[in-house]
Amino acid sequence: MLKNDTVQTIREKALWMRRRAFKMVYDAQLGHPGGDFSAIDIIATLYFGVMRYDATKPALESRDRFIMSKGHATGALYTALCAAGYYPEDWLDTYMQPNSRLNGHPNRNYLPGVETNTGPLGHGLPVGLGIAIAAQISEQAHRTFVLTGDGELQEGSNWEAAMTAGHRKVENLTLIVDRNRLQQGMGTEETNGLDPLDEKFRAFGWEALMVDGHDIGALLDVLATPRMGRGRPLCVIANTVKGKGVSFMENKASWHHGVPNAEQYGIALEELV
Amino acid sequence: MAAPAKKQEGFHDCRDAWARTLEDLAARDPRIVAVVNDSVGSSKLGGFQKAFPERLVNVGIAEQNMVGVGAGLANGGKIPFVSAAACFLTARALEQIKADIAYARFNVKLVGQSSGVAYGELGPTHHSIEDFAWLRPLDAVTVIVPSDAWETAEAVKWAAAHEGPVYLRLSRMPVPDLDIKNRIFRHGKAELVRDGSDVTVIGCGTTVHLARQAAEKLQGEGISARVLNMATLNPLDEEALAAAAGDTGAIVTVEEANIRGGLGGAVAEYTAGHQPVPVERVGFPGFVVTGSVDFLFEHYGITADGIAAAARRALARKR
Repeated sequence: MLKNDTVQTIREKALWMRRRAFKMVYDAQLGHPGGDFSAIDIIATLYFGVMRYDATKPALESRDRFIMSKGHATGALYTALCAAGYYPEDWLDTYMQPNSRLNGHPNRNYLPGVETNTGPLGHGLPVGLGIAIAAQISEQAHRTFVLTGDGELQEGSNWEAAMTAGHRKVENLTLIVDRNRLQQGMGTEETNGLDPLDEKFRAFGWEALMVDGHDIGALLDVLATPRMGRGRPLCVIANTVKGKGVSFMENKASWHHGVPNAEQYGIALEELV
Repeated sequence: MAAPAKKQEGFHDCRDAWARTLEDLAARDPRIVAVVNDSVGSSKLGGFQKAFPERLVNVGIAEQNMVGVGAGLANGGKIPFVSAAACFLTARALEQIKADIAYARFNVKLVGQSSGVAYGELGPTHHSIEDFAWLRPLDAVTVIVPSDAWETAEAVKWAAAHEGPVYLRLSRMPVPDLDIKNRIFRHGKAELVRDGSDVTVIGCGTTVHLARQAAEKLQGEGISARVLNMATLNPLDEEALAAAAGDTGAIVTVEEANIRGGLGGAVAEYTAGHQPVPVERVGFPGFVVTGSVDFLFEHYGITADGIAAAARRALARKR
């Protein structure tokens, strides 16, 4: 497929994901829409432009793996897995309802396509590292992608894993940081600053790149490039906007786990076209 | 490093059995990998590293990462044995054990080395006497505490063949072979070490041989004590507990652990809800005083005499 066609396809998927995720949050009156919307373009790019998988065979050994380390952003993950064909859309209607497979944080045993349980922060990168090492041991070619929030990098377990990944030259591992610069309460730099983030990863033996996390063409370029032979894990710092796509949500920490009223829901659907 | 416990004839460090068994299994099954936190030596995995260098992942001094890597290796089709000092493995990475291993039901084997108070003089930061209480409620995790070298080897083999998370709690303190005839390792089943009718003494790990010594002392006083080896703490053998309560009417538990939430806690939970009988718990009441492992066992009554005294107390409480 020509790149422009791929970009257009991903854009359409991302739009559907935003609308569908916001409906889930509105219906449940629970969720994390701000972080869903900052991550959706990245996740849509991975599922519809980068990763190799077969949704009818979720356990296929050769599949590329995606780990949503910022496990609270289930609106982004669940809509992506649905759009990728892992389960029917009516499952999304059960979001956070009693006995639903769609918990507020993902569980691999309930939902096909979920690689590991997340929710508590700082768990995704170590697990992704383990998957990538397993592939190295078995000389398999699949890639592992981990998406973390930026505030999440305040958890020390990420740096334990970053150190090991750099030391072992785990080139089949790619970390994407959803750099929206906001955490639950306020800005990351006001809380426990992360900059200069790219230099930190380079110092740990990684290749680090900055990209506009809503520019699908740019995301495709950095994520779809093969890693074999690079000799280093890759960190993609994706500069994003929390609440991206809805005017009253953009760059507002309060939308970390804010939920819309009927009026806000209507405005958002008018904007998300 | 803590002073080694007294070397005695016929006593074995179960870590030797663990390492030898893992190497044997790894030679037959390429899925078996080891993950360590700079603990190749203390886990006795030097031979494993030599034989299978690409299958030993040393993440350095980073326990949260170590457990997460274990989960990822399982996702990638491996059978990881994550081995580290029990105190750091269970305490420092408890949330990873809960979320990444137990809740996710990943096929990871956690191996806690030098558990209990094996690091005697190094103090409570290096003791692992809370691990039973932390891991027992994680219902997906099978918790096994081998009592001697034979049982250690059998438990490692069982864990490798079992699909699901396992916590193996090993010591570095030499223990005698229990030398029970026609032994078969059955996970989740208490092992009858010796039968008796007046009281049941239940041990696990390093305390089972002491429980048997206590029963021999009690026999001299005309008290008939049953001795059980409760090598699996989760799932607990409730059938054996019901029989112990029903047949003997009094129970003593003995463990190298905090009596709150450990074997004693588990037995008390069960009996309180099903068949209330006196339960005397021998173990540690909390953080321990300074001393060698031998001193600590003596000081807290984890000895044949201490167990026998607890049995007399339990008998006195019988109606």
